[in-house]
Amino acid sequence: MLKNRIIPCLDVKNGRVVKGINFVDLKDAGDPVEQAKIYSDGGADEICFLDITASNENRDTIYEVVKKTSKKCFVPLTVGGGIRSIEDINKLLNCGADKVSINTAAVQNSKVVIDSSKKFGSQCIVVAIDAKKKGKNWEIFTHGGRNSTGIDAIVYAKKMEECGAGELLVTSMDRDGTQVGYDIELMSNISSKVNIPVIASGGVGNLDHLVEGIKLGKASAVLAASIFHYGKHSIKEAKEYLDSKGIPVRI
Amino acid sequence: MNVTIVDYKSGNISSVINSFKEVAKEKVKIEVTSDLKKINSSDKVVLPGQGSFKSCIDALNTINGLVETLNEFAINNKKPLLGICVGLQMFADIGYEETETKGLGWIPGKVTKIDNQNGKYKLPHIGWNEINIMKDSKIFKDIKDKSHMYFVHSYEFIPNDKNAISATTNYSSNHVCAVEIENIFGTQFHPEKSDKTGLKIIDNFMSL
Repeated sequence: MLKNRIIPCLDVKNGRVVKGINFVDLKDAGDPVEQAKIYSDGGADEICFLDITASNENRDTIYEVVKKTSKKCFVPLTVGGGIRSIEDINKLLNCGADKVSINTAAVQNSKVVIDSSKKFGSQCIVVAIDAKKKGKNWEIFTHGGRNSTGIDAIVYAKKMEECGAGELLVTSMDRDGTQVGYDIELMSNISSKVNIPVIASGGVGNLDHLVEGIKLGKASAVLAASIFHYGKHSIKEAKEYLDSKGIPVRI
Repeated sequence: MNVTIVDYKSGNISSVINSFKEVAKEKVKIEVTSDLKKINSSDKVVLPGQGSFKSCIDALNTINGLVETLNEFAINNKKPLLGICVGLQMFADIGYEETETKGLGWIPGKVTKIDNQNGKYKLPHIGWNEINIMKDSKIFKDIKDKSHMYFVHSYEFIPNDKNAISATTNYSSNHVCAVEIENIFGTQFHPEKSDKTGLKIIDNFMSL
Protein backbone atom coordinates (compact mmCIF):
# COMPACT_ATOMS: atom_id res chain seq x y z
CA MET A 1 0.00 0.00 0.00
CA LEU A 2 1.21 3.47 -0.87
CA LYS A 3 2.02 5.48 2.24
CA ASN A 4 1.13 9.09 2.92
CA ARG A 5 4.23 11.20 3.03
CA ILE A 6 5.43 13.64 5.66
CA ILE A 7 7.62 16.37 4.20
CA PRO A 8 9.46 18.83 6.42
CA CYS A 9 10.04 22.07 4.58
CA LEU A 10 13.04 24.22 5.24
CA ASP A 11 12.73 27.83 4.18
CA VAL A 12 16.20 28.92 3.19
CA LYS A 13 17.52 32.45 2.90
CA ASN A 14 21.16 33.13 2.04
CA GLY A 15 22.01 29.52 2.87
CA ARG A 16 20.38 29.55 6.31
CA VAL A 17 17.07 28.10 7.46
CA VAL A 18 14.31 30.52 8.40
CA LYS A 19 10.57 30.28 8.76
CA GLY A 20 8.27 33.22 8.42
CA ILE A 21 4.98 34.05 10.00
CA ASN A 22 2.76 34.99 7.04
CA PHE A 23 5.93 35.27 4.95
CA VAL A 24 7.52 38.00 7.10
CA ASP A 25 9.17 38.26 10.54
CA LEU A 26 11.89 35.67 9.95
CA LYS A 27 13.75 33.70 12.62
CA ASP A 28 16.94 31.73 12.13
CA ALA A 29 16.63 28.00 12.78
CA GLY A 30 19.95 26.61 11.68
CA ASP A 31 22.02 25.09 8.95
CA PRO A 32 19.94 23.53 6.15
CA VAL A 33 22.33 20.68 5.39
CA GLU A 34 22.46 19.55 9.00
CA GLN A 35 18.72 19.98 9.44
CA ALA A 36 17.96 17.99 6.31
CA LYS A 37 20.19 15.18 7.52
CA ILE A 38 18.45 15.14 10.92
CA TYR A 39 15.10 14.92 9.16
CA SER A 40 16.10 12.17 6.76
CA ASP A 41 17.66 10.14 9.59
CA GLY A 42 14.48 10.71 11.58
CA GLY A 43 12.32 9.18 8.85
CA ALA A 44 11.22 12.15 6.73
CA ASP A 45 9.78 10.81 3.49
CA GLU A 46 11.15 13.72 1.49
CA ILE A 47 12.90 16.98 2.19
CA CYS A 48 11.78 20.28 0.73
CA PHE A 49 13.89 23.43 0.47
CA LEU A 50 12.18 26.66 -0.33
CA ASP A 51 14.56 29.44 -1.29
CA ILE A 52 12.36 32.28 -0.09
CA THR A 53 14.28 35.30 -1.19
CA ALA A 54 15.48 33.83 -4.44
CA SER A 55 13.33 36.11 -6.55
CA ASN A 56 15.23 39.21 -5.59
CA GLU A 57 18.58 38.20 -4.15
CA ASN A 58 21.70 36.29 -5.05
CA ARG A 59 20.66 32.72 -5.46
CA ASP A 60 23.94 30.86 -5.82
CA THR A 61 23.93 29.91 -2.13
CA ILE A 62 21.06 27.46 -2.72
CA TYR A 63 23.09 25.48 -5.26
CA GLU A 64 25.80 24.84 -2.68
CA VAL A 65 23.18 23.85 -0.09
CA VAL A 66 21.58 21.41 -2.53
CA LYS A 67 24.93 19.94 -3.55
CA LYS A 68 25.96 19.29 0.04
CA THR A 69 22.56 17.96 1.09
CA SER A 70 22.26 15.53 -1.79
CA LYS A 71 25.52 13.89 -0.79
CA LYS A 72 24.17 13.21 2.70
CA CYS A 73 20.45 12.60 2.30
CA PHE A 74 19.17 9.63 0.36
CA VAL A 75 15.50 10.52 0.28
CA PRO A 76 13.93 12.73 -2.38
CA LEU A 77 14.87 16.38 -2.27
CA THR A 78 12.56 19.04 -3.69
CA VAL A 79 13.80 22.58 -4.23
CA GLY A 80 11.65 25.61 -4.97
CA GLY A 81 11.83 29.37 -4.98
CA GLY A 82 12.81 31.72 -7.75
CA ILE A 83 12.90 29.13 -10.52
CA ARG A 84 12.43 31.00 -13.77
CA SER A 85 13.64 28.83 -16.61
CA ILE A 86 14.56 25.40 -17.92
CA GLU A 87 18.17 26.40 -17.27
CA ASP A 88 17.45 27.04 -13.56
CA ILE A 89 15.77 23.61 -13.33
CA ASN A 90 18.65 21.92 -15.08
CA LYS A 91 21.14 23.53 -12.70
CA LEU A 92 19.23 22.44 -9.58
CA LEU A 93 18.79 18.88 -10.85
CA ASN A 94 22.49 18.71 -11.64
CA CYS A 95 23.28 19.83 -8.11
CA GLY A 96 21.30 16.84 -6.82
CA ALA A 97 17.70 18.00 -6.45
CA ASP A 98 15.21 15.28 -7.39
CA LYS A 99 12.29 17.60 -8.00
CA VAL A 100 11.81 21.31 -8.42
CA SER A 101 8.78 23.28 -7.42
CA ILE A 102 7.79 26.10 -9.73
CA ASN A 103 5.50 28.90 -8.62
CA THR A 104 5.60 32.37 -10.21
CA ALA A 105 7.19 31.23 -13.49
CA ALA A 106 4.42 28.67 -14.04
CA VAL A 107 1.75 31.35 -13.64
CA GLN A 108 3.52 33.79 -15.93
CA ASN A 109 4.25 31.25 -18.62
CA SER A 110 2.79 27.76 -18.48
CA LYS A 111 5.17 26.76 -21.27
CA VAL A 112 7.87 26.41 -18.59
CA VAL A 113 5.83 23.54 -17.11
CA ILE A 114 5.08 21.98 -20.50
CA ASP A 115 8.69 22.17 -21.67
CA SER A 116 10.31 21.11 -18.39
CA SER A 117 8.02 18.13 -17.86
CA LYS A 118 8.82 16.99 -21.40
CA LYS A 119 12.54 17.51 -20.97
CA PHE A 120 13.05 16.17 -17.45
CA GLY A 121 9.89 14.10 -16.92
CA SER A 122 6.75 14.97 -14.95
CA GLN A 123 8.16 13.13 -11.93
CA CYS A 124 10.44 16.05 -11.13
CA ILE A 125 8.06 18.93 -11.84
CA VAL A 126 6.03 20.13 -8.87
CA VAL A 127 3.84 23.17 -9.38
CA ALA A 128 3.48 25.27 -6.22
CA ILE A 129 0.20 27.11 -5.84
CA ASP A 130 -0.19 29.91 -3.28
CA ALA A 131 -3.91 30.51 -2.84
CA LYS A 132 -6.02 32.91 -0.82
CA LYS A 133 -9.75 32.67 -0.13
CA LYS A 134 -11.82 35.13 -2.15
CA GLY A 135 -15.56 34.83 -1.66
CA LYS A 136 -16.47 31.22 -2.33
CA ASN A 137 -13.32 30.57 -4.35
CA TRP A 138 -9.57 30.91 -4.05
CA GLU A 139 -7.28 33.22 -5.95
CA ILE A 140 -3.66 32.42 -6.68
CA PHE A 141 -0.80 34.74 -5.80
CA THR A 142 2.76 34.96 -7.10
CA HIS A 143 6.12 36.35 -5.92
CA GLY A 144 5.97 34.69 -2.51
CA GLY A 145 2.41 35.81 -1.99
CA ARG A 146 2.94 39.48 -2.83
CA ASN A 147 1.12 39.75 -6.16
CA SER A 148 -2.50 38.92 -6.85
CA THR A 149 -3.35 37.43 -10.23
CA GLY A 150 -7.14 37.18 -10.45
CA ILE A 151 -6.70 33.51 -11.45
CA ASP A 152 -8.94 30.89 -9.84
CA ALA A 153 -6.93 28.25 -7.97
CA ILE A 154 -9.04 25.24 -9.04
CA VAL A 155 -9.02 26.22 -12.72
CA TYR A 156 -5.29 26.80 -12.50
CA ALA A 157 -4.63 23.46 -10.76
CA LYS A 158 -6.37 21.58 -13.57
CA LYS A 159 -4.45 23.54 -16.17
CA MET A 160 -1.13 22.67 -14.51
CA GLU A 161 -2.06 18.99 -14.52
CA GLU A 162 -2.68 19.23 -18.27
CA CYS A 163 0.64 21.02 -18.74
CA GLY A 164 2.48 18.04 -17.25
CA ALA A 165 2.99 18.80 -13.56
CA GLY A 166 3.69 15.61 -11.60
CA GLU A 167 2.43 16.98 -8.28
CA LEU A 168 0.83 20.10 -6.87
CA LEU A 169 2.09 21.76 -3.71
CA VAL A 170 -0.87 23.77 -2.45
CA THR A 171 -0.29 26.47 0.18
CA SER A 172 -3.05 28.40 1.83
CA MET A 173 -1.85 31.99 2.17
CA ASP A 174 -4.51 32.62 4.79
CA ARG A 175 -3.19 29.82 6.97
CA ASP A 176 0.56 29.95 6.36
CA GLY A 177 2.36 30.68 9.63
CA THR A 178 -0.84 30.80 11.68
CA GLN A 179 -0.62 27.26 13.11
CA VAL A 180 -4.42 26.88 13.01
CA GLY A 181 -4.42 24.04 10.48
CA TYR A 182 -4.57 23.55 6.72
CA ASP A 183 -7.34 25.11 4.65
CA ILE A 184 -9.11 21.76 4.32
CA GLU A 185 -11.73 23.02 1.93
CA LEU A 186 -9.06 24.29 -0.48
CA MET A 187 -7.07 21.04 -0.32
CA SER A 188 -10.00 18.71 -0.81
CA ASN A 189 -11.41 20.85 -3.61
CA ILE A 190 -8.19 20.74 -5.58
CA SER A 191 -7.39 17.12 -4.74
CA SER A 192 -10.78 15.88 -5.91
CA LYS A 193 -10.49 17.76 -9.21
CA VAL A 194 -7.06 16.61 -10.33
CA ASN A 195 -5.63 13.13 -10.86
CA ILE A 196 -2.12 13.97 -9.68
CA PRO A 197 -0.98 13.94 -6.04
CA VAL A 198 -1.55 17.03 -3.91
CA ILE A 199 0.83 18.08 -1.13
CA ALA A 200 -0.96 20.16 1.53
CA SER A 201 0.89 23.14 2.98
CA GLY A 202 0.36 26.15 5.19
CA GLY A 203 -0.96 26.35 8.73
CA VAL A 204 0.18 23.23 10.61
CA GLY A 205 0.32 23.81 14.34
CA ASN A 206 -0.20 20.32 15.74
CA LEU A 207 -0.26 16.67 14.73
CA ASP A 208 -4.03 16.56 14.32
CA HIS A 209 -3.65 19.06 11.52
CA LEU A 210 -1.54 16.54 9.61
CA VAL A 211 -4.25 13.91 10.10
CA GLU A 212 -6.90 16.35 8.84
CA GLY A 213 -4.83 17.25 5.79
CA ILE A 214 -4.83 13.63 4.70
CA LYS A 215 -8.22 12.42 5.89
CA LEU A 216 -10.31 15.50 5.12
CA GLY A 217 -8.07 17.40 2.71
CA LYS A 218 -7.42 14.22 0.70
CA ALA A 219 -3.75 15.16 0.34
CA SER A 220 -1.24 12.48 -0.64
CA ALA A 221 1.45 14.21 1.37
CA VAL A 222 1.61 16.80 4.12
CA LEU A 223 4.21 19.50 4.34
CA ALA A 224 5.07 21.33 7.53
CA ALA A 225 7.83 23.57 8.77
CA SER A 226 7.78 25.13 12.22
CA ILE A 227 6.29 22.19 14.16
CA PHE A 228 9.38 20.25 13.15
CA HIS A 229 12.17 22.77 13.35
CA TYR A 230 11.54 24.25 16.72
CA GLY A 231 11.53 20.76 18.21
CA LYS A 232 7.82 20.80 18.99
CA HIS A 233 7.48 17.38 17.35
CA SER A 234 9.85 14.92 15.73
CA ILE A 235 9.10 13.25 12.42
CA LYS A 236 8.91 9.95 14.31
CA GLU A 237 6.26 11.27 16.68
CA ALA A 238 4.27 12.62 13.76
CA LYS A 239 4.38 9.26 11.99
CA GLU A 240 3.42 7.30 15.07
CA TYR A 241 0.51 9.65 15.61
CA LEU A 242 -0.70 9.30 12.02
CA ASP A 243 -0.33 5.54 12.29
CA SER A 244 -2.44 5.52 15.47
CA LYS A 245 -5.15 7.36 13.51
CA GLY A 246 -5.18 4.67 10.84
CA ILE A 247 -3.20 6.61 8.21
CA PRO A 248 -0.68 4.50 6.30
CA VAL A 249 2.82 5.82 6.88
CA ARG A 250 6.34 4.47 6.45
CA ILE A 251 7.69 3.62 9.89
CA MET B 1 36.43 -3.23 -9.26
CA ASN B 2 34.70 -0.55 -11.24
CA VAL B 3 31.05 0.20 -11.77
CA THR B 4 29.89 2.32 -14.68
CA ILE B 5 26.78 4.47 -14.56
CA VAL B 6 25.72 4.99 -18.16
CA ASP B 7 25.37 8.70 -18.84
CA TYR B 8 23.23 8.95 -21.95
CA LYS B 9 21.58 12.31 -21.14
CA SER B 10 18.35 10.70 -19.99
CA GLY B 11 17.55 13.25 -17.32
CA ASN B 12 18.80 13.70 -13.83
CA ILE B 13 21.29 11.07 -12.68
CA SER B 14 23.03 13.03 -9.93
CA SER B 15 21.16 11.15 -7.17
CA VAL B 16 22.20 7.82 -8.68
CA ILE B 17 25.82 9.00 -8.79
CA ASN B 18 25.71 10.32 -5.20
CA SER B 19 24.23 7.13 -3.78
CA PHE B 20 26.63 4.81 -5.60
CA LYS B 21 29.57 6.94 -4.48
CA GLU B 22 28.28 6.89 -0.90
CA VAL B 23 28.13 3.09 -0.90
CA ALA B 24 31.35 2.62 -2.88
CA LYS B 25 33.52 4.74 -0.56
CA GLU B 26 37.12 3.88 -1.55
CA LYS B 27 36.52 0.22 -2.42
CA VAL B 28 34.89 0.60 -5.81
CA LYS B 29 35.56 3.02 -8.63
CA ILE B 30 32.42 4.68 -9.96
CA GLU B 31 32.62 5.88 -13.55
CA VAL B 32 29.93 8.04 -15.11
CA THR B 33 30.29 7.88 -18.86
CA SER B 34 28.90 7.05 -22.26
CA ASP B 35 32.31 5.91 -23.49
CA LEU B 36 31.73 2.52 -25.11
CA LYS B 37 35.15 1.11 -24.27
CA LYS B 38 34.83 2.05 -20.62
CA ILE B 39 31.38 0.52 -20.43
CA ASN B 40 32.56 -2.67 -22.06
CA SER B 41 35.54 -3.09 -19.77
CA SER B 42 33.74 -2.29 -16.52
CA ASP B 43 32.71 -4.98 -14.06
CA LYS B 44 29.16 -3.79 -13.59
CA VAL B 45 26.88 -1.39 -15.34
CA VAL B 46 24.03 0.74 -14.03
CA LEU B 47 21.42 1.91 -16.53
CA PRO B 48 19.35 4.73 -15.04
CA GLY B 49 16.40 6.28 -16.83
CA GLN B 50 14.07 9.21 -16.29
CA GLY B 51 11.40 10.76 -18.44
CA SER B 52 9.43 8.71 -20.92
CA PHE B 53 10.21 5.27 -22.34
CA LYS B 54 10.47 6.84 -25.78
CA SER B 55 12.77 9.68 -24.69
CA CYS B 56 15.12 7.22 -22.98
CA ILE B 57 15.25 4.82 -25.95
CA ASP B 58 15.81 7.79 -28.27
CA ALA B 59 18.62 9.02 -26.03
CA LEU B 60 20.27 5.56 -26.03
CA ASN B 61 20.05 5.44 -29.82
CA THR B 62 21.58 8.90 -30.16
CA ILE B 63 24.91 7.53 -28.97
CA ASN B 64 26.32 5.50 -31.78
CA GLY B 65 27.03 1.90 -30.77
CA LEU B 66 25.69 2.23 -27.21
CA VAL B 67 22.82 -0.27 -27.59
CA GLU B 68 25.22 -2.78 -29.20
CA THR B 69 27.73 -2.27 -26.37
CA LEU B 70 25.05 -2.81 -23.73
CA ASN B 71 23.89 -5.94 -25.57
CA GLU B 72 27.40 -7.26 -25.62
CA PHE B 73 27.90 -6.47 -21.94
CA ALA B 74 24.66 -7.91 -20.62
CA ILE B 75 23.65 -10.58 -23.14
CA ASN B 76 26.89 -11.90 -24.64
CA ASN B 77 29.30 -11.37 -21.74
CA LYS B 78 26.61 -11.86 -19.08
CA LYS B 79 28.06 -9.25 -16.76
CA PRO B 80 25.86 -7.75 -14.03
CA LEU B 81 23.65 -4.86 -15.10
CA LEU B 82 21.14 -2.95 -13.00
CA GLY B 83 18.36 -0.95 -14.64
CA ILE B 84 16.61 1.68 -12.52
CA CYS B 85 13.11 3.00 -13.24
CA VAL B 86 12.88 3.55 -17.01
CA GLY B 87 16.26 1.76 -17.11
CA LEU B 88 14.33 -1.37 -16.08
CA GLN B 89 11.41 -0.65 -18.38
CA MET B 90 13.72 -0.54 -21.39
CA PHE B 91 14.47 -4.27 -20.89
CA ALA B 92 11.04 -4.88 -22.47
CA ASP B 93 10.33 -5.59 -26.15
CA ILE B 94 8.01 -2.67 -26.45
CA GLY B 95 6.76 0.41 -24.60
CA TYR B 96 3.59 2.41 -25.09
CA GLU B 97 4.46 5.76 -23.48
CA GLU B 98 3.94 8.67 -25.94
CA THR B 99 3.98 6.24 -28.86
CA GLU B 100 4.77 2.59 -29.51
CA THR B 101 8.55 2.24 -29.11
CA LYS B 102 10.81 -0.76 -29.43
CA GLY B 103 12.78 -1.58 -26.27
CA LEU B 104 16.03 -3.48 -25.74
CA GLY B 105 14.15 -6.79 -25.80
CA TRP B 106 16.19 -8.42 -23.03
CA ILE B 107 13.18 -9.56 -21.02
CA PRO B 108 10.16 -10.27 -23.24
CA GLY B 109 7.19 -8.16 -22.26
CA LYS B 110 5.64 -4.74 -22.57
CA VAL B 111 5.45 -1.43 -20.70
CA THR B 112 1.96 0.03 -20.33
CA LYS B 113 0.26 2.71 -18.26
CA ILE B 114 -0.89 1.71 -14.77
CA ASP B 115 -4.67 1.26 -14.72
CA ASN B 116 -5.85 4.10 -12.46
CA GLN B 117 -9.37 2.62 -12.27
CA ASN B 118 -11.05 5.69 -13.75
CA GLY B 119 -9.23 8.18 -11.59
CA LYS B 120 -9.52 6.24 -8.34
CA TYR B 121 -5.74 6.11 -8.13
CA LYS B 122 -3.66 9.19 -8.74
CA LEU B 123 -0.81 8.99 -11.21
CA PRO B 124 2.16 9.16 -11.08
CA HIS B 125 2.45 6.54 -8.35
CA ILE B 126 4.63 8.75 -6.14
CA GLY B 127 5.96 7.92 -2.73
CA TRP B 128 6.92 5.05 -0.46
CA ASN B 129 5.36 1.68 -1.03
CA GLU B 130 6.04 -1.80 0.30
CA ILE B 131 7.65 -4.40 -1.89
CA ASN B 132 6.59 -8.04 -1.89
CA ILE B 133 9.66 -10.13 -2.50
CA MET B 134 8.73 -12.93 -4.90
CA LYS B 135 11.99 -14.76 -5.20
CA ASP B 136 15.40 -14.98 -3.67
CA SER B 137 17.14 -12.21 -5.52
CA LYS B 138 20.82 -11.52 -4.91
CA ILE B 139 20.15 -7.81 -4.69
CA PHE B 140 17.59 -8.39 -1.91
CA LYS B 141 20.09 -10.00 0.44
CA ASP B 142 19.24 -8.83 3.99
CA ILE B 143 16.28 -6.85 2.67
CA LYS B 144 13.11 -7.70 4.57
CA ASP B 145 9.90 -8.53 2.76
CA LYS B 146 7.53 -5.50 2.88
CA SER B 147 10.42 -3.03 3.01
CA HIS B 148 9.53 0.46 1.84
CA MET B 149 10.96 1.83 -1.38
CA TYR B 150 10.51 5.15 -3.13
CA PHE B 151 8.53 5.09 -6.40
CA VAL B 152 7.79 7.66 -9.09
CA HIS B 153 6.21 6.29 -12.24
CA SER B 154 3.01 6.01 -14.24
CA TYR B 155 3.97 3.03 -16.40
CA GLU B 156 4.59 -0.58 -15.43
CA PHE B 157 6.60 -3.40 -16.96
CA ILE B 158 4.63 -6.58 -17.64
CA PRO B 159 7.04 -9.42 -18.44
CA ASN B 160 5.69 -12.45 -20.31
CA ASP B 161 7.55 -14.86 -18.09
CA LYS B 162 6.45 -14.40 -14.49
CA ASN B 163 9.65 -16.09 -13.32
CA ALA B 164 11.49 -12.89 -14.18
CA ILE B 165 9.68 -11.07 -11.38
CA SER B 166 11.65 -10.68 -8.17
CA ALA B 167 9.29 -8.25 -6.41
CA THR B 168 5.89 -6.63 -6.80
CA THR B 169 4.18 -3.66 -5.22
CA ASN B 170 0.52 -2.88 -4.81
CA TYR B 171 -0.94 0.27 -6.29
CA SER B 172 -4.28 -0.11 -8.07
CA SER B 173 -3.17 -3.71 -8.58
CA ASN B 174 -0.06 -5.76 -7.95
CA HIS B 175 2.56 -4.69 -10.42
CA VAL B 176 6.14 -5.62 -11.08
CA CYS B 177 8.69 -3.55 -9.22
CA ALA B 178 11.82 -5.67 -9.59
CA VAL B 179 13.09 -8.23 -12.06
CA GLU B 180 16.03 -10.58 -12.21
CA ILE B 181 17.14 -12.91 -14.97
CA GLU B 182 20.62 -14.32 -14.47
CA ASN B 183 22.92 -11.27 -14.61
CA ILE B 184 20.23 -8.73 -15.43
CA PHE B 185 18.60 -6.85 -12.55
CA GLY B 186 16.07 -4.08 -12.54
CA THR B 187 14.11 -2.01 -10.04
CA GLN B 188 11.11 0.16 -10.86
CA PHE B 189 11.61 1.96 -7.56
CA HIS B 190 14.58 4.21 -6.86
CA PRO B 191 17.08 2.51 -4.54
CA GLU B 192 19.16 5.71 -4.67
CA LYS B 193 16.28 7.58 -2.99
CA SER B 194 15.09 4.80 -0.70
CA ASP B 195 17.14 5.66 2.35
CA LYS B 196 19.18 2.95 4.08
CA THR B 197 17.31 -0.01 2.58
CA GLY B 198 17.85 1.41 -0.89
CA LEU B 199 21.55 1.88 -0.25
CA LYS B 200 21.69 -1.75 0.93
CA ILE B 201 20.32 -2.87 -2.45
CA ILE B 202 23.02 -0.82 -4.17
CA ASP B 203 25.59 -2.41 -1.88
CA ASN B 204 24.24 -5.88 -2.73
CA PHE B 205 24.53 -5.14 -6.43
CA MET B 206 28.08 -3.87 -6.05
CA SER B 207 29.01 -6.94 -3.98
CA LEU B 208 27.81 -9.44 -6.62
